[in-house]
Amino acid sequence: MYRYDAIDKTLVDERVTQFRDQTRRFLSGELSEEEFRHLRLRNGLYIQRHAPMLRVAIPYGLLSSTQLRMLGSIAHRYDRGYGHVTTRQNIQYNWPKLEQVPDILAELATVEMHAIQTSGNCIRNVTSDHLAGVTPNELEDPRPWCEIIRQWSTFHPEFSYLPRKFKIAVTGAPQDRAASLLHDVGVHIVRGPGGELGFEILAGGGLGRTPIIGQVVREFLPREHLLSYLEAILRVYNLEGRRDNLTKARIKILVRSLGIDEFRRRVEAEWAQIKHTALLLQDSEIARVRQFFTPPAYRSLADSDPTAGRHTAFRAWYRYNTHAHKIPGYRAVFISLKKAAVAPGDVTDSQMELLANLADRHSFGEIRVTHTQNLLFADVEQSATFELWQALDRAGLATPNIGTLTDMICCPGLDYCSLANAGSIEVAKLINERFDDYDYLYDLGEIDLKMSGCMNACGHHHIGHIGILGVDKGGEEWYQITIGGSAGADASLGTVIGPSVAKSEVADTIARLLTVFVQRRGPEERFLDTVRRIGVKPFKESVYATPVAA
Amino acid sequence: MPRRLLRDGRVAVDEWRYLDDAADAGESNRDALIIPFERWLRERESWSRCEGRLGVLLGPAQAVLDLVADLPRLSLIAVQFPSPGEGRGYSHARQLRERWNFTGELRAVGCARRDQLFFLARCGFTAFELPEAEIESASAALTTFSAEYQVSNDAGLTGTLRHR
Repeated sequence: MYRYDAIDKTLVDERVTQFRDQTRRFLSGELSEEEFRHLRLRNGLYIQRHAPMLRVAIPYGLLSSTQLRMLGSIAHRYDRGYGHVTTRQNIQYNWPKLEQVPDILAELATVEMHAIQTSGNCIRNVTSDHLAGVTPNELEDPRPWCEIIRQWSTFHPEFSYLPRKFKIAVTGAPQDRAASLLHDVGVHIVRGPGGELGFEILAGGGLGRTPIIGQVVREFLPREHLLSYLEAILRVYNLEGRRDNLTKARIKILVRSLGIDEFRRRVEAEWAQIKHTALLLQDSEIARVRQFFTPPAYRSLADSDPTAGRHTAFRAWYRYNTHAHKIPGYRAVFISLKKAAVAPGDVTDSQMELLANLADRHSFGEIRVTHTQNLLFADVEQSATFELWQALDRAGLATPNIGTLTDMICCPGLDYCSLANAGSIEVAKLINERFDDYDYLYDLGEIDLKMSGCMNACGHHHIGHIGILGVDKGGEEWYQITIGGSAGADASLGTVIGPSVAKSEVADTIARLLTVFVQRRGPEERFLDTVRRIGVKPFKESVYATPVAA
Repeated sequence: MPRRLLRDGRVAVDEWRYLDDAADAGESNRDALIIPFERWLRERESWSRCEGRLGVLLGPAQAVLDLVADLPRLSLIAVQFPSPGEGRGYSHARQLRERWNFTGELRAVGCARRDQLFFLARCGFTAFELPEAEIESASAALTTFSAEYQVSNDAGLTGTLRHR
């Protein structure tokens, strides 16, 4: 993984000093609430329902064991013993004290971490495929490009006060595991006309109140132009994006109002002016960054079946929680943070400490955060998976549900967030209680359930195969259900099935949807495929035919 | 009391006046006047014939392109930041410096405060109108960071990427 040099280290240290001074000026009354808001928001610090929330950047989800140990230690000493991993591969602390935040940042800096640009109207953490570099069918490892974008976008002097937040995702495989079509900019590594690798560039995707799927701005961009092209997009957006209405300020609204052709024309015109400046990427710089992402010292092994002769619990875990690896003898192992009765994505201080140790022993000291709010050991020897499973199981980290209904994406909801209408964590708990039969979950196959506590869609409900949105009806929590959404390369937005339902009816409503699926599915069909084939109507009819017994 | 500002890293007394203020004060001195953008567009020919130094006040929604032909006649462009989240002026500054080679004073006006100085300077601003209470201490903000990922105007270079 990328290691800091003197430039990175200086910047992060000086950022700590700067933020310490800003916090001091706020606490002493030199800065008003409003003035400080603009400053803290560029450093991941929100003022939430109960306490401040601090979001720490995990660039493209990649962590060393040393960093994870520090995250656990911070959770222990400055928070209430846990952190919450997010859909953009970051981690959040829900209970830090405002006056201690500079100290937390100083500790993070010692392990090459920070909270820079994890909130605010600026370029956010660049996200990527959590299987980058290990998945068998990728064209190229996207992480060096993520790092190049990270450096370009960090403290970019021109783009620190954009109309709204700006999220970039980079992928290198045909499966889109980073929801790149729902990002302000999606960067796909593709082959050009001559077989050379470059990028397809998309823009204008996003969730929130107005979900829109990104469109292609450029089908093929030679790799040396990546940064100049991004800079052209950002400049057009910075100058022309709406600033009069917060809900219309994302680039998706600009792209939609101009039309993709006119947007492209403006970007290309701007790009023509800057493509041959110092932004042109030199081969030496690409090579310098790439050297940080060379493969670890894999052993020469053959593929084997570690489940042979083992009991069912391990076999189920191996089947659902591990993924094929491009190197023979290795597997990528998911650590499920979706245990029943635990808020999806939460991980405790002692679990972080344990995982850091296990990563040292089994996965070259690296841990990844996935877009689906789980963790991943990318490089585990197949023969070590049983031992690893035993250790994970003892710590409550081996829930064998990756890719199933209970592997839910969920926002923090009413329990923490000052925007939420609904307690998404509580609903997640109800769903977990209702669907606790693994045979049934496995029979249902792959289902993405995504839940947001409000229209801001942090839980990505629009792109869940099943989406749940918390709405407020006269002070009560109600839930609107959508089906047919997808976050993948075939991204689609879900369709609302009908009137929203009460909290007590959510689990039963989902049960009815699943019954229709089981009755109507074709061979090998996933829930999403069946919805796409037969439409929303049969599901809707079943859900609203008779009242759900509350 | 004359306005003080931060210019080229030092506290200076501002010899420039905004046209409306000068007119209100009944002044006839035509040197070092900053003219609002719309008025400049309407009256550029008569103003261009004046002897004194001229500046234009550019708002965030106004187009740099409309000023390009006038740049040789302008000694100063004051860029407005009407709200704390306003960011278009950063792009205006870079375009003026890098694309149109404007070499006069680029001045940040409005909600451009000490905490924004570092980025503003990196985009090409050389002067800052700040609250009087902040003026003496503000120059320290110009050296908030001693390293950067992007090569930019304050290094005398164009473009924004540092190759190591």
